Amino acid sequence: MWPPGPRGQPRRVAPTIMNDTLLTVENLKTYFFTERGVFKSVDDVSFTVPRGKTVGIVGESGSGKSVTALSILRLVSAPGKIVGGRVMVSCRGVLQYAPTGTVDLLTLEESEMRRFRGGKIAMIFQEPMTSLNPVFTIGDQIEEAVALHQKELNEAQRWEQVLEVLRLVRIPDPERAARSYPHELSGGMRQRAMIAIALGCRPEILIADEPTTALDVTVQAQVLELLRELRERLGMSLILITHDLGVVAEQADEVIVMYAGKIVEQGTVRQIFSHPRHPYTRALLEALPTFHTTGRLRTIPGSVPSLAALPRGCSFQERCDRVQQRCREEDPELMVMGEGQVARCFFPEL
Amino acid sequence: MGVYLFKRLLLIIPTFLGITLITFLIIQMAPGSPVSLKIQQMGGEGIRTETVSKAVIEQTKKLYGLDQPIHVQYLQWIKRLATFNFGDSYKDHRPVLTKIREALPVTLLLNFISIFLIYLISIPLGIFSALKSRTLLDQAVTVILFILYSLPSFWVAMILIIYLGGGEYLNLFPVAGISSQGVGELTRWGQFGNVLWHLVLPIIVLTYGGFAFLARLSRAQLLEVIRQDYIRTARAKGLSESAVILKHALRNSLIPLITLSGTLLPAMIGGSVVVEQIFSIPGMGKLGFEAVLSRDYPTVMAIAAIEALLTLVGILVSDLMYVWVDPRISFEGM
Ligand SMILES: Nc1ncnc2c1ncn2[C@@H]1O[C@H](COP(=O)(O)OP(=O)(O)OP(=O)(O)O)[C@@H](O)[C@H]1O
Ligand SMILES: [Mg+2]
Repeated sequence: MWPPGPRGQPRRVAPTIMNDTLLTVENLKTYFFTERGVFKSVDDVSFTVPRGKTVGIVGESGSGKSVTALSILRLVSAPGKIVGGRVMVSCRGVLQYAPTGTVDLLTLEESEMRRFRGGKIAMIFQEPMTSLNPVFTIGDQIEEAVALHQKELNEAQRWEQVLEVLRLVRIPDPERAARSYPHELSGGMRQRAMIAIALGCRPEILIADEPTTALDVTVQAQVLELLRELRERLGMSLILITHDLGVVAEQADEVIVMYAGKIVEQGTVRQIFSHPRHPYTRALLEALPTFHTTGRLRTIPGSVPSLAALPRGCSFQERCDRVQQRCREEDPELMVMGEGQVARCFFPEL
Repeated sequence: MGVYLFKRLLLIIPTFLGITLITFLIIQMAPGSPVSLKIQQMGGEGIRTETVSKAVIEQTKKLYGLDQPIHVQYLQWIKRLATFNFGDSYKDHRPVLTKIREALPVTLLLNFISIFLIYLISIPLGIFSALKSRTLLDQAVTVILFILYSLPSFWVAMILIIYLGGGEYLNLFPVAGISSQGVGELTRWGQFGNVLWHLVLPIIVLTYGGFAFLARLSRAQLLEVIRQDYIRTARAKGLSESAVILKHALRNSLIPLITLSGTLLPAMIGGSVVVEQIFSIPGMGKLGFEAVLSRDYPTVMAIAAIEALLTLVGILVSDLMYVWVDPRISFEGM
């Protein structure tokens, strides 16, 4: 994921974009400017998304996962503002960007950005109940996406595409589903319809922001399975946001752990699950029910500090069982822990 | 749909009877009666009612059927209503139906134009305010609308008459009636234009206060809808901001405004009494007001019945429009 660096040294942001990298987020900062202060919801977040892989982003509620995703698409609404960083997207084959092969989404004109929104990177949201427009049919809402991003198609071909993506997401009786309104479908079907809208844009990257949180358990598994299958079949990359480490273990290739707006640990699934370095990651893993769990699950004491009034030093200090004097004085940087694994901790687990 | 409509229409009947019964009772209980008024008119101001012989009173009562018990009177009224016979006016003994036929179109025209204008101006104004929400422009619009809303209509009417109606200043618009004398000699379009010219000031008085309510409502609606998740979905597709607002947001935010229009008409007809009185417009408001003053029971009851019916039909139309504009609502659920 990251070029290897000297162990125990602060990580440098990847200087070059590797060939198989579709998306590189560099030093992204998104702050909310409210009356109660400046909330640093996303504070210096960097990661890459390789082609055809799944990157899982985990973290407690309020850790900045959704804001990170919305920032990539530049959909953060006031009082939120992207105050720094770059979102580099590789654009092989697009003549306009041919010399460098990459473009920084944050520098684009709004009209240009719109072609990337949906077309390059599509997003599906947590709440299938409220994320579909109640007054348009599913078919209309998919067709709108198709029309925007596949301009060469005529009306009949567009409708064929609508049915095609509905088949792709395994909605039974696509013809009927296309003519249905959102309220006529079950939660699971609605989330499939949401995915169908995203696929209608023909994206290379799909961001799924807690796509299954609102669904019941069996439907959750089906939708996750569908996402995995679609990713493989269509060769997409997937950014899977969740607070469920179990989902990450099954689905993701690489994992980003966020805490209070910052990345605290990052690595491959193997690394994160077998050698968590950050105390927060370890605590999350211990809170995960396993096959052998008996009695009560462990929970992480305390709660996420307010993003407007973070303590001096490490954000996790109040809840950390390894906290020392240095943690209260200095803010740790992401340190290289091994090939491709980084953690934001002075005293990582070894 | 057919079954639903049939049920709703059936329901109108008892509601209508209830409303008219209550109106009937209130009118009868109110102090003063057509008989005493009549006698006052016959005898002039000086003569006291007691001095008029009992025979005359009885005779007048009998003439109007007022000697019957009240439930009999109501039943007779209903019986006549079934044949669209509203009786004759006590005042000038012309059939009430004829009088209403003259007055209703005037009032309907006045109010349809006013409602149309209110919608035409309020909705774009509301959208504009919502898109510019919390800016100086939005606040300016809000303040102006509230000032307009709180100006009493009789006062505005007087100001308009004084400044635009040939008082001491400009003489741009007529201030009384709905057409000029000799209007019959004009062409059809000429006549229509003449009526519109007469209606300009009354329509201004009827509309200016209505903007505030609808514009605020459409602003609030749009702001509410823009926060919804599906608007974010629309943006995430790559739609332009104008398509997001005009297609995805507007359609949803207009739902309550469209359905409101059904109930607006009867409400406005009730409110046009003042305007019709001030501008001497021979509409339902003026007719009703004068009928009440002269205890012209048949006319009062006829107007009450028509307004009750308009209100009930307006509510039904509102509900039907809900089903039409909002796919989430269906006839089965109702
Ligand atoms: N509209 C807003 N106004 C002010 N602050 C906001 C706003 N939206 C988000 N934030 C801040 O950003 C932080 C991160 O929010 P975000 O939605 O990214 O969390 P999340 O990790 O997605 O959590 P969840 O699991 O609950 O979805 C919040 O804790 C909040 O402080
Ligand atoms: Mg979220």
